[in-house]
Amino acid sequence: MTSGTKSRMIEEMKLQSGQDPSCCYQCAKCSAACPVTAAMDLLPHQVIRYLQLGLEEELLESRTPWICASCFTCAARCPRDLDLARMMEGVRLAILRRREGNKFGPADLTPEQLAKLPQQALVSGFRKYNK
Amino acid sequence: MPRTGVFICHCGTNIAATVDIDKVVEAARSFPGVVHAEDYRYLCSEVGQDLIKKSIRDHNLDRVVVGTCSPRMHENTFRKAAAEAGLNPFLLEVANIREHCSWVHRDMDEATPKAVALVRAASAKAALNDPLEPPTVEVEKRALVIGGGIAGIQAALDIAEAGFTVDIVEREPSIGGRMAQLEKTFPTLDCSACILTPKMVEVAQHPNINLLTYSEVEEVSGYVGQFDVTIRKKARSVDAVKCTGCGICYEKCPKKTPAEFEMGRSTRKAIYVPFPQAVPNVPVIDREACLYFQKGRCQICAKECPADAVDFEQQDELVERRYGAIIVSTGFDQLDPSAYGEYGYGQHPDILTGLEFERLFNASGPTGGKVVRFSDGKPPKKVVFIQCVGSRDKARGMNYCSKICCMYTAKQAILLKEKVPDAKSYVFYIDVRTAGKGYEEFQRRAAEEYDVAYLRGQVGKIFPENEHLVVKGVDSLSGKTIEIKADMVVLAAASIARADAPALGRIVGINSDSYHFFNEAHPKLRPVETHTAGVFIAGACQAPKDIPDTVAQAGAAAAKAVSLLSREVLQGEACTAVVNKAECSGCLYCEAVCPYGAISAVEIEERSATGTIARTIADVNAALCQGCGSCTAICRSGSINLKGFSNEQILAEVDAICLQR
Repeated sequence: MTSGTKSRMIEEMKLQSGQDPSCCYQCAKCSAACPVTAAMDLLPHQVIRYLQLGLEEELLESRTPWICASCFTCAARCPRDLDLARMMEGVRLAILRRREGNKFGPADLTPEQLAKLPQQALVSGFRKYNK
Repeated sequence: MPRTGVFICHCGTNIAATVDIDKVVEAARSFPGVVHAEDYRYLCSEVGQDLIKKSIRDHNLDRVVVGTCSPRMHENTFRKAAAEAGLNPFLLEVANIREHCSWVHRDMDEATPKAVALVRAASAKAALNDPLEPPTVEVEKRALVIGGGIAGIQAALDIAEAGFTVDIVEREPSIGGRMAQLEKTFPTLDCSACILTPKMVEVAQHPNINLLTYSEVEEVSGYVGQFDVTIRKKARSVDAVKCTGCGICYEKCPKKTPAEFEMGRSTRKAIYVPFPQAVPNVPVIDREACLYFQKGRCQICAKECPADAVDFEQQDELVERRYGAIIVSTGFDQLDPSAYGEYGYGQHPDILTGLEFERLFNASGPTGGKVVRFSDGKPPKKVVFIQCVGSRDKARGMNYCSKICCMYTAKQAILLKEKVPDAKSYVFYIDVRTAGKGYEEFQRRAAEEYDVAYLRGQVGKIFPENEHLVVKGVDSLSGKTIEIKADMVVLAAASIARADAPALGRIVGINSDSYHFFNEAHPKLRPVETHTAGVFIAGACQAPKDIPDTVAQAGAAAAKAVSLLSREVLQGEACTAVVNKAECSGCLYCEAVCPYGAISAVEIEERSATGTIARTIADVNAALCQGCGSCTAICRSGSINLKGFSNEQILAEVDAICLQR
């Protein structure tokens, strides 16, 4: 854990999700409200704590971001007005971006496909399926 | 040509680190009318003031400009120094080169010319300054306290003991406020009524205190030393002189209605006293509930009253009085937690607020002092306390910490264990905040000796299951989710400002923060004063606070009021508006915008070509004028000027600032 990592994760979350993990004061209301904590290895408030501490490696191994169903109960209850569901999506993106390689790139597509597909769907597709 | 002296302060490094003092002094020497300029490390020090005084004499100065901090800080200091050297204090001008310059800039090359411009502007204005004499105001030796809770009671007693007459205006039928609703007080667990009621009785008996209960302040005009206040004494429908307080009326009254004092958790009669120790012990008829007032028949109270005190014909009475000082101590409310759907408040009788739970312990409370569930009358064995309901919550509640909840929750958990020895308490908290003498020890006692389980986390959902309330929460320290089958849930709802605090603020002329708590004049150094001279604040109307803090603040407000009332006369505002009679067209827009009611229409006679004519113009009452300048801004013909801030003076400043060197 270094301060450099800490600020990097927080800055990345701010950029990815528009949410600032530093705002969280760890009341854990999100975890109390979450309907799927039983299947999580880290509780939602712990995910934010890991972000605050910059525990990047540990976070990348966690099942929690993939368990999150984006039901938004946490966001509705958060007294700090943080949208946790967005932040979870941010964590998922961070994980995906850190895993090496893309399954396919723009070069793999034919000009016909590129002309037909909307730009946004492409970018989103590259990110989602590059496991 | 004036003979102006310019004095530039370093303020240690506060100014000197960002502004090149030598350059400012050098530049000042070339300003029109400046015959002397120098600098000093701390002008506000005694040595610094002596330096100004000596220069005024040595150089025969008739204007002084000081380039220092904000006039809010030291204008008075320097004006007094000038006066001691024989100069009219209003011939001194302050150029704010700290707050308006050195503190807000980093670059010396840019800050220095700005400081020069500010000093040049002040010199240009000073050249046009006239000597002014502030009017004197007689002080009415009577104080008004608005709100008769512990803050108002304490303040009134302190002022009365100092020998001044005090009126307490209380909206409810009795004084006592929130403290009267409490069973015990932390951290000593003394009975709230046992320490409050002697003070209430003292108030009632004190020869210098007049109680106006069931009354509200309707209008405040005037100014420090002479506030003219209109108070509405609502019709009690009971003659307070005849009434002996025997209580037969409310015993016999057939009409029940929810009791405000119990937050609607029990009922009272239509004729009632809010609680047994009420002061004054004179009942009130709630006309909204009374069968006679609503349906025209009943009158049982009047028939039963042995003193013939019930008076259905009584009318509201308007009392007009003059006061030298006003203390506002209107207290606080508790947030209605219904908006928090996950807690189910209002959906289930055994989910209570902290104040409602408190009443369960009170012998005259809704359960007669038995700690039992509203649903089935059984004592609760498992009670869950939830902290920060609406506090520290910028999304759905208040961003601030309500300050008292951590302590009263610990108190209630201890009281519960004493009343129901086999009960178990759980406290969901975010942080436990117990700053205060004996507070931390008290809270630790709850956890260590009274078996109160403190769980660091929050609750996500509460739902009824059979006779229980299932509380689903989390303990963030262990990272475990927790489910408790509770018998009762107590919500520490946020302490909030009274809903009508802004309205009262407008009447009295004081402002409030974004949460509607009244603003003090300075958060550290003037904690009980407001920006309106002669109006002071005390207690939870300023911010959530506990009884010791409230009493301390009330004493402080009383001391301020007493020091004001002790003076025979006050110096009024010297910078008041004046009307140019020849130019004023009498449109009276100024009268409409004047917040102090200082402007009125007068008729003057004027000679014209066709003979003498009468016409209407505006006239300023200098004693009422506070020099805000609204009238000068709205005057279409520019015929109202503010002494000390005349249009000519302001334009001279603007010209001096715009002058490029």
